[in-house]
Amino acid sequence: MALNIEIDGQQIEVEPGTTVMDAAHKLGIYIPHFCYHKKLSIAANCRMCLVQVEKAPKPLPACATPVSDGMKVMTRSDYAIQAQKGVMEFLLINHPLDCPICDQGGECQLQDLAVGYGGSRSNYAEPKRVVTEKNLGPLIATDMTRCIHCTRCVRFGQEIAGIMEMGQAFRGEHAEIMPFIDKTIDSELSGNIIDLCPVGALTSKPFRYAARAWELSRRKGVSPHDSLGSNLQIQVKNGRVMRVLPLENEDINECWLSDRDRFSYEGLNSEDRLTKPMIRKDGAWVEADWQEALSYVASRLREIQVRHGADQIGALAAPTQTTEELYLLQKLMRGLGCGNIDHRLRQSDFRLDDKAHGAFWLGMPVAALNKLDRFLIVGSTLRKDHPLLALRLRQAVRHGAGMNLINPVVEDYLCKVANRSIVSPDGMVNALAGLVRALAEAKGERIPTMASGAEVTPEIKAIAESMIGGERKGIFLGNLAQHHPRYAEMQTLAQEAAMLAGATLGVLGDAGNALGAVVAGAIPGRGALGSRGMAGMNAAQMIASPRKAYVLLGAEAEYDCFDPVAALAALKQAEFVVAMSSYKHAAVDYADVLLPIAPFTETSGTFINAEGRVQSFHGAVKPMGETRPAWKVLRVLGNLLNLPGFDQDSSEAVRDEALGQDAQARVQQFLNTRIDPVSVSLASTSKIERIGEVPIYQTDAIVRRAASLQRTADAAPPMAKASGMLLEKLGIQGGGMAIIRQGEVSVVIRIDRDDCLPANCVRLPGAHAVTVSLGPLFGELTVERA
Amino acid sequence: MVIQPGPVIFNTLHLPEPWKLSTYVSAGGYSALRKILAENIPAETIIAEVKTSALRGRGGAGFPTGLKWSFMPRQFPGDKYIVCNSDEGEPGTFKDRDIMRYNPHALIEGMIIAGYTLGAKAGYNYIHGEIWDIYEGMERAVEEARAAGYLGDNILGSDFSFDLYNHHGYGAYICGEETALLESIEGKKGQPRFKPPFPASFGLYGKPTTINNTETLASIPYIMREGGQKFLELGRPNNGGTKVFSVSGHVEKPGNYEIPMGTPFSELLEMAGGIRGGRQLKAVIPGGSSAPVLPGEIMMDCTMDFDSIAKAGSMLGSGAVIVMDETVCMVRALERLSYFYYEESCGQCTPCREGTGWMYRVVHRIEHGQGRPEDLDLLDRVAGNIAGRTICALGDAAAMPVQGMLKHYRHEFEHHIEHRKCLVQSGAM
Repeated sequence: MALNIEIDGQQIEVEPGTTVMDAAHKLGIYIPHFCYHKKLSIAANCRMCLVQVEKAPKPLPACATPVSDGMKVMTRSDYAIQAQKGVMEFLLINHPLDCPICDQGGECQLQDLAVGYGGSRSNYAEPKRVVTEKNLGPLIATDMTRCIHCTRCVRFGQEIAGIMEMGQAFRGEHAEIMPFIDKTIDSELSGNIIDLCPVGALTSKPFRYAARAWELSRRKGVSPHDSLGSNLQIQVKNGRVMRVLPLENEDINECWLSDRDRFSYEGLNSEDRLTKPMIRKDGAWVEADWQEALSYVASRLREIQVRHGADQIGALAAPTQTTEELYLLQKLMRGLGCGNIDHRLRQSDFRLDDKAHGAFWLGMPVAALNKLDRFLIVGSTLRKDHPLLALRLRQAVRHGAGMNLINPVVEDYLCKVANRSIVSPDGMVNALAGLVRALAEAKGERIPTMASGAEVTPEIKAIAESMIGGERKGIFLGNLAQHHPRYAEMQTLAQEAAMLAGATLGVLGDAGNALGAVVAGAIPGRGALGSRGMAGMNAAQMIASPRKAYVLLGAEAEYDCFDPVAALAALKQAEFVVAMSSYKHAAVDYADVLLPIAPFTETSGTFINAEGRVQSFHGAVKPMGETRPAWKVLRVLGNLLNLPGFDQDSSEAVRDEALGQDAQARVQQFLNTRIDPVSVSLASTSKIERIGEVPIYQTDAIVRRAASLQRTADAAPPMAKASGMLLEKLGIQGGGMAIIRQGEVSVVIRIDRDDCLPANCVRLPGAHAVTVSLGPLFGELTVERA
Repeated sequence: MVIQPGPVIFNTLHLPEPWKLSTYVSAGGYSALRKILAENIPAETIIAEVKTSALRGRGGAGFPTGLKWSFMPRQFPGDKYIVCNSDEGEPGTFKDRDIMRYNPHALIEGMIIAGYTLGAKAGYNYIHGEIWDIYEGMERAVEEARAAGYLGDNILGSDFSFDLYNHHGYGAYICGEETALLESIEGKKGQPRFKPPFPASFGLYGKPTTINNTETLASIPYIMREGGQKFLELGRPNNGGTKVFSVSGHVEKPGNYEIPMGTPFSELLEMAGGIRGGRQLKAVIPGGSSAPVLPGEIMMDCTMDFDSIAKAGSMLGSGAVIVMDETVCMVRALERLSYFYYEESCGQCTPCREGTGWMYRVVHRIEHGQGRPEDLDLLDRVAGNIAGRTICALGDAAAMPVQGMLKHYRHEFEHHIEHRKCLVQSGAM
């Protein structure tokens, strides 16, 4: 039954349970507020939204008052205004009114509303409250004296981030919003409390005193750091990215951003930026102009092609480059007669390349994740890899969804995990086979041959029982699965399990434009949108069989590859390496030419996220120094090599060529996670296995150079971890030093005890300076006491 | 300290060891419960009896108990709770302490009957942290009752099971606010919840919960034993029964007096031995520190019941009668009261968090000779901006003493501001 309500003389019909605030919002009536936030629970503590309700003996808070039929509300009556002004006066008496030196100035809700509801002079003649500063870590600056105790940050922690890192201590006027004693805020979503804070109590530490809100131009952007493609509001001053805020998009990032998306911009302004083309001449690096550098690259590539064959060139691209860049790169390589192109640098199993029917994707829209009833995550450090997807899945669990896990590691998921099977990386294959068997048995169906010999552990049985129930369900392969040496078998089994459970199979995607790279044809054997493309070597083959020349697009092989040592060796032996990069990096040791290309904020382009959403964007700022957008660089290179079809005059023209005018529809048609099965082996290794995830702030070149992110707890240098049982067997004390060896290479590193890990595993993250001298992210290793 | 026995609450006081189970039983205790369980008396009948008694909540608000009980969705499947609010923190109030000390079983029997009536299988008695010996005494009494089969599974051989837990707080006044109390039992910071939803639908651990004051629940056995009508007749219409008044301040014999509702204040004052040292009555706070002060001459015309005191412009509240003689400086008295609310505000919502400190500082300034002419209007305005604007009643409780004092004793404040000293000599509060 709908309810009729009148607000400020306007009639509206609303559903029962609607609050006066929501109803007013629908009518376009603004009621001043601080503690109310559409994504958070109702606190009703600021009292700013007091309104007059007919027949009510006192003013009522609009945010917390449910509408009743026939209710008459006055938000602007003298009575209401008097109540609102009364609250504003209280809010201001202890507020320092230090707007001139406050970073929130110009974008402060209290400042804005004080203009309308505050007095021009204060009646408060007593000393004001002063609150001691809190150290919340490297990302969030505090001026807690300015706090108005709206508890948005507290509720965000409890309800959204899933971890209550802020709380209100003490009573009355002594009340303070603070973290737990001497703790910093370490959530991967912490930066959102800066946006939520209606005053200048919580502000951005990296942005502190850098600019005024009104000095900043706002540009739209899309984040490249994970497969979600969060929408960004890139704020710019004097041609420099000063700050990044979320651009609200209910279908993708809602009004949130992960800290990685928010603070990575510091990496854009890093000292490491490469701003001029450089050529190695007689062993020394010299700056060059673009003309010279590109001609040199073209002639050297041509020379290699002629002398050794085009097949002797390999192209490795980072999956964070734009679709246009990736498209032109594959076009360039294939134009040279070379099919060796790949962006899947951290993948190790490519058996699915001729089994796929399209581009692997999430299997459902991002917004459907919160509505799942049951889901299974296979091989993922979910919160760190996909902070905002994890948030949506947490919301699903809050609403009663059953979360199941097949994983080699235990994370704190900050929500209830219904069932988990924690097994070694290799054991994940057997666990999935067990799941297939258990599902078939539970449904009374014939057990598929691939799973007939599988063992069904009690944990797997419980997962199967969970996944049988529910209506909307998904099985998702995470980054650990995608990088796994038996990924093809895992996806084969997961597909079978999804079929039996009536669930949708999805791939979470390991980088911002991984899907876009597949769509662009930056993989061997396939061109744009799955058209037939010249066959060639995949990333692993290009490294295993070293080439004479390499073209690197945004890739930092030493960090971005599955086996950094092998990758580095391959690059070092090559006759010619051209590194297109935004940064000076280890390529100075192995490259012959460095070409400065624009990061995502300095070029236009398109990212395609895990749900297949095509998101094009413009450059937010001009390229730094002599940096050029990579699509232009590749275009000119194509011209210099006299290749046909390199005459696009804009990135849009490149996109239209690659994806067509109706890009979204075509991409949608190309999305398909279905595969022809590969044969599955149930044999498992008895050797010690490495679990090598990519840490949250090591994912890509920009993030690795974001100074403040690198000071967070999550960016601490990784150490090895192993179960107590394994440590005991090896005679190593937890916390002691160990020599970890993979083939020829080894590191000496501290090893800690983590009894959540499977018995015969060492968890040792990759992609970090202290671990890149080691081999593949997964695989056998040996451990001995140092 | 004097305790005046009465028929309902302090009905064992004349006997040796009045707190013992055996003593309570010898005075007719637990007979009501036995009867209810033996005869399987329907909950509706019990609620009707309580309604007949015109028992009104003794915690301060005076809400009719029978009506409150009828709000409880008894048919609601799953857990339901009865909670006793023994977090007696209101300055001037010290009755529940003595009820639990001298007649704990009246409370326990009352809670069991309430649990039976409301469909609750568990009850919590929330006792504030400063009265540890009372908490321990209650623990002993609950053990006694449990051992005697009044608590636990299948009470007295019936199919009714109920258990009772004493829970001690740590002395925050705000935890006497019923939803803050629930938060505190749940192990959270004691801060009031926004209502609606009310505890009857979303209470302890999100389950339907009824919260009554100690004295209210301790009155239940009498009502069920002797009948609601008899209880009603002890007092006056709409104000049934006897009530324990905590008389403090400048009287010869401060203490707890169980007297019929509607007894004239003058009689209560006489029982308490009159004003100490033969001085004159100046003012009375009739219902605990949150109630507006009333001048002595108005009080002398009042009877001690909810309606009479409300008509005079104050509240019977918890029945804490604070008597002040002619030597009391009202500015100083208000400074003391304001300080209490300033310290006890939970800090959750703006008007109370910011306003209580402001009021205290202004009154403090006036008391210390720093007052300004505009301060009284300011005080009045600040109090007005707190009252009715907060999540819970603490804001009102903080504002009312200020408004009451300014209404009746404005001249004393003006004198303080103008002459920078007291109108009355040798203030002692």
